[in-house]
Amino acid sequence: MYKLLLCWRYLRTRYIALASIISVTLGVATLIVVNSVMDGFTVEMHHRLNDVLSDIVFEGRGLNGFPDPEWHKEEIRKVLGDDLKGITATVVVPAMFNLTVQGESMMQHGSLIGIDTQSYGTVSDFPQYLLHAKNREQLSFALRDEGYDDRLPSSGWNWRRKRITLERDYLRQMQEAERLRREALGEPVAMNTPPAAETPVTEAAPVTEAAPETAGPVDPFQRKRQAAAEEHVFDEMKQQHPGVVLGIGIASHRYRDADKEVKDIFYCRPGDDIQISFPTAGQPQIVADNFTVVDFYESKMSEYDHTFAFVPLDHLQEMRGMVDPLTGVPSVTQIQIRLHDGVDLEAAQQKLYDRFPPQQFGYSIRTWQQLQGPLLQAVQMETTLLNILLFLIIAVAGFGILATFFMIVVEKTRDIGVLKSLGASSRGVMTIFLTYGFSLGIVGSGVGIVIGLLFVVYINTIAAGLEWVTGRPVFDPTVYYFQQIPTVIEPFTVGWIALGSVCVAIVASVLPALRAARLHPVEALRYE
Amino acid sequence: MNKPQELERNVVAHRRRKNGGAPVQKKGQSQRIDGPHGSSYLSTRDLVKSYYKGKIEIPVLRGVDLNVVQGEFTTIVGQSGSGKSTLLHLLGVLDAPDSGEVYFDGRQIDNLPASGRELLRNRTFGMIFQFYHLLPELTTLENVLAPCMIRESVWGYWRRRRQYKQRAEALLERVGLSHRLRHRPCELSGGEMQRAAIARALIQSPQLLLADEPTGNLDENTGQEIFSLLRSLNTEQQLTIVMVTHDRKIACQTDRVVQLVEGRVVEKQPS
Ligand SMILES: Nc1ncnc2c1ncn2[C@@H]1O[C@H](COP(=O)(O)OP(=O)(O)O)[C@@H](O)[C@H]1O
Ligand SMILES: [Mg+2]
Repeated sequence: MYKLLLCWRYLRTRYIALASIISVTLGVATLIVVNSVMDGFTVEMHHRLNDVLSDIVFEGRGLNGFPDPEWHKEEIRKVLGDDLKGITATVVVPAMFNLTVQGESMMQHGSLIGIDTQSYGTVSDFPQYLLHAKNREQLSFALRDEGYDDRLPSSGWNWRRKRITLERDYLRQMQEAERLRREALGEPVAMNTPPAAETPVTEAAPVTEAAPETAGPVDPFQRKRQAAAEEHVFDEMKQQHPGVVLGIGIASHRYRDADKEVKDIFYCRPGDDIQISFPTAGQPQIVADNFTVVDFYESKMSEYDHTFAFVPLDHLQEMRGMVDPLTGVPSVTQIQIRLHDGVDLEAAQQKLYDRFPPQQFGYSIRTWQQLQGPLLQAVQMETTLLNILLFLIIAVAGFGILATFFMIVVEKTRDIGVLKSLGASSRGVMTIFLTYGFSLGIVGSGVGIVIGLLFVVYINTIAAGLEWVTGRPVFDPTVYYFQQIPTVIEPFTVGWIALGSVCVAIVASVLPALRAARLHPVEALRYE
Repeated sequence: MNKPQELERNVVAHRRRKNGGAPVQKKGQSQRIDGPHGSSYLSTRDLVKSYYKGKIEIPVLRGVDLNVVQGEFTTIVGQSGSGKSTLLHLLGVLDAPDSGEVYFDGRQIDNLPASGRELLRNRTFGMIFQFYHLLPELTTLENVLAPCMIRESVWGYWRRRRQYKQRAEALLERVGLSHRLRHRPCELSGGEMQRAAIARALIQSPQLLLADEPTGNLDENTGQEIFSLLRSLNTEQQLTIVMVTHDRKIACQTDRVVQLVEGRVVEKQPS
């Protein structure tokens, strides 16, 4: 009985001990916050990744792909039966994107994915991430008139026409200026009149200033005329190249302006043409082709937004020479599979491996978690590391408790002697200090849990407040995938943290408690 | 600890309490194992105790033979550093002698296991000290109740808390402190603190009171008051008291004075 009473009185009269427990409180609070935020990130990222990616990717080795996707799809359907929700064949190749930005060419690299507009939406939430509302309903590689995004008020066919008109106008002005300058120098007019002017081309214009090499067998103007003739066949005002859905990160750059507003600069927009180069199948050769940007893909997973570009599957197959010229059977590099919710992915993977044993077939069959292994593992490792570090902080706090408790025991030496002279046992005296440590641990971790949970619940408000006070962004949407800090509170984790910190407090009080118990009553009574 | 004997002693103590403090003739006197000095209540035989400073032995007690009769008020006098406190600690089983024995109520007590000695200190002996040794975090009342709390479990104490509190209040009234129940020791004067300490020593109805210079830190008048309190406890309740003191005036008012000289006891007639 006296143990509890004394313990309680010591708690109430010795605030220094409470000070020593503050570090435990802070450690617990930080642990909870860190774990909640990291869990939030992980969970959110799982969601995002799983939405963006299909469940299982069935892949051939190399860029040539494997023939007859229909037969493979049929076999996979047979193997997976009712578990199958969606299936589609794709061609994935590395590619270079050549964007023309204000007359200068800009290269980006990434993955070119040939997709089937009908079935690709069944394996992932791909259509959801397109900017145009109609494309979100049904993807089409045909350029739409307007209505892409608030960030792109002028885009689509209207933009394309306006841009081409402006370009032609600019070209004409330049040529007019050139003509005037040459006239002023007394030189004969060498340049063509602008194509838009529809004036007949002066075929036999003498080339006075042309150097001997340019006047050689390859006449630059000859080439230009050919291009003009081609242009006549392909009217960019009314026609488009094959469509490409470009990852928004390839086509834009995100930054903060002077007012700390997040802004995007677009290098190109729907309606613009870009050039994409990629290797062909068989003997790899680089082919380049013009594509018209018909939409942007924005999954908010910056890695994907910066690498993916989608083009029609059949066009890509044709360009890469993946269609058998005799039978007309195409090849693909991947088959993507979506399963119904709750189906065990690893079991499905095993079934597929049983049907297509690796010894016999060269297919690699991987789940999305395996494909994203490094990213998920990195987050996991970060969490573990932070946990270890923060727990070390609590352990350091344990040494603070140890020192404080030793001081309290020394200070209480005479009282311990008195208690023993009144018949208290060594065990009883020890219990006083253990209970003391235990209560401090409970108080410290309890307060820590409350602070931590409050912090987690109001984390976005706090971040906004800090942003306001310091004028610096705490959580920067240009860096992270999310607009807000995602959090998940795991009761299990909170329980472990509380238990751990209470244990640290108890362990730290064991040594002082033992010392108190060992005190000889007579020595303790004589202690001044 | 020998259970039946312990039980019997408690019964005796209880009966004496009921009788208003009058000593009760023990039943089964023949069962009693007497010390070497016959009918004495508390006795020591050839107690030797030395302290060690490094390897140097400092002999303090060199063979103390002491006999205290039940109901007697005995005083131990001696020079400072002559080992009076050491002797008292040995009597109160707070410390163990190097050799020799201590007998109480016919049983050897210096060789009891720790739990037996704790029980003895809690219920059978009461102790008061020169520096009062009250617990500063507890109020006067709680200090007096401390031995009960030490003895009882939480539940047991909770059940009997009224009974204990009444007894503590009665004792505090007896020592003249009924107006200081909720005060902390630091708010009391020296004399008041010593009274509280006496009440604490009496709460478990001990059979022996050991007092180490209870008046040593008090002025003459207060010291005399405290002594009178002890004296009256001795006469009214037949409480056996062994007191260490420096004060000759006080010493000569007791039944018997024993002097410690060079680690041995020299009997002195109260003069
Ligand atoms: N722990 C100890 N170590 C060494 N010497 C001690 C110790 N305790 C007491 N002494 C010595 O023992 C002697 C007796 O002490 P004590 O019994 O307190 O004397 P008294 O109470 O008669 O003044 C003193 O000389 C003291 O210095
Ligand atoms: Mg002394």
